[in-house]
Amino acid sequence: MYRSFERYQPGQSPLHRADPRVKVVVTFALIGGIALTPTHAWPAYPALWTLVAGLAALARFSAWRMARLGAVALPFMLAALPLLITVPGPAWTLGGGIAISQAGLARFVAILLKSWLSVQVALLLTMTTSFADLVWALGSLRVPGTLVALIAFMVRYSTTLGEEAERLLRARAARSAHAEGRPAGGTLFWRARVAGGMVGNLFLRSYERSERVYAAMLARGYAGEMRRLTPPPLSWRAALAGAVPLLWLGIVELAAMLWWQ
Amino acid sequence: MFLKPILAMHIPDGFLSAPVAIVGWLVTAVLVGLALREVRDRLGDRQIPLMGVLAAFVFAAQMINFPVAGGTSGHLIGGTLVAVLLGPWAAVLVMTTVVAVQALLFQDGGLLALGFNVFNMGILAVFVGYAVYVWARRALGAQPQAMLIAAALGAWVSVELAAMATALELAISGTSPLDVALPAMAGIHALIGIGEALITVGALAFVRQTRPDLLGAPSAGVARQSALIAAGLVIALAIAFASPLADADPDGLERVAEDKAFIDKAEDPVYEVLPDYTVPGIDDEALTTIIAGVIGVLIVAGIGFAVPRLVRLNAPEKVRQQQ
Repeated sequence: MYRSFERYQPGQSPLHRADPRVKVVVTFALIGGIALTPTHAWPAYPALWTLVAGLAALARFSAWRMARLGAVALPFMLAALPLLITVPGPAWTLGGGIAISQAGLARFVAILLKSWLSVQVALLLTMTTSFADLVWALGSLRVPGTLVALIAFMVRYSTTLGEEAERLLRARAARSAHAEGRPAGGTLFWRARVAGGMVGNLFLRSYERSERVYAAMLARGYAGEMRRLTPPPLSWRAALAGAVPLLWLGIVELAAMLWWQ
Repeated sequence: MFLKPILAMHIPDGFLSAPVAIVGWLVTAVLVGLALREVRDRLGDRQIPLMGVLAAFVFAAQMINFPVAGGTSGHLIGGTLVAVLLGPWAAVLVMTTVVAVQALLFQDGGLLALGFNVFNMGILAVFVGYAVYVWARRALGAQPQAMLIAAALGAWVSVELAAMATALELAISGTSPLDVALPAMAGIHALIGIGEALITVGALAFVRQTRPDLLGAPSAGVARQSALIAAGLVIALAIAFASPLADADPDGLERVAEDKAFIDKAEDPVYEVLPDYTVPGIDDEALTTIIAGVIGVLIVAGIGFAVPRLVRLNAPEKVRQQQ
């Protein structure tokens, strides 16, 4: 059975009930602020982490769990690894002629910390906001309506088409018996052609499904535009709640740029 | 599984510096805005169900993989395939949606980095893949397999170029040295691109057999338009590549003026948007030159798009077709 992949965790915490528009704006602002932190402002990172942990506590998630989930992007650190040896400046020499640049190490660690913090912030949004609320928030934040509708459609049908893809994969697996110790199937090109045929098959099923969906929408009075509810005005309380983390971020970044560099 | 995030080109947050990420958002916003208008005019009210379901198709098609060797497997990114099937503008919107949902729901790629992630996989890959496809198809002429060979070339080049653009963006951000990142990304993706090309060809061959009506020849107008855009994007990238490596000597005329000691007689222009091709407030010299270059290209491109449209305003308003 195709699993639902949504990361949303239903709940009644203050963060779950916060206005989704505020959550989206605050998320982007926090991630932008984290990116602006100067490399050598080391006290800023624990200060930013207290903010993340505080928000996690508000959502009733354990900070340890968020810390673990925040590591999903860390394999990408391979891209930043060469900094350790290529950044010029004073270096520590290790055995075997390898020298670790101090400035390079600082930059590498800063990139990892920023990535780890940013992923946790993005996760907090995804885990406390249902997909419908997220789409609604994007729409009321003036993301073009067509794009918002496409995002909503994609998520609605990715489960359906994901199941189609699983049936194709199961059918291939069922026809791919092979004896132990002998290569299964044909050459690489043959395997690729089979996979390509499956993708083409899936495309036609999707294309024809989109035609049926369109006909069904027309039958229900669709006239070229998705109808949306008028967003209710933003309450003062919701806006103020969003200002608190931003204020904390502002103080940390100011201190980082003025004193901690 | 461990290698997937590196191979998949989705840059997480933290790996792009803030100015670079903002440039990515600006460039992407302009091009996606253009795509929204082009597609609305062409597809009308079918656009949302068609592209929305096909975005889900790309997502599901990425699950279909085939074993390559040593436990790795090839799977689809999809830009060129969708561009050949739907045309480049609709493909831009489909791929933008895919990349945006991956970032919003799965943290596959960052939110601040989303601008350049959409640019690499949804705009650059689509236009370059499509332009190569159109060019190769025309060059091969009456060859019976022309369409498939052309699509394979387009798919391979699109993956390779998107990977190189990713390496460049990381290098400009100071995250990864260009002389390591570029060969590594280009090398790995030369192989991944072969997988992409094979699946693209397999899928197109299947569609051609079953529903040949869906695969028309590319229209001359769209072909020319996408060739221009692809060329523009590649030139902009090439300039960005070259600029930090270029030497500090000023351009030829200024050099002669300095040598002959008449540079003092030069007058500053009345307006200086980007003095000496730098952006005020950014210290890193290479970075500021590149950003200034990108902003300059954007301004020129904006004028290029705006002028014909302003001229068209004076023409009698064309009658919109209903249904």
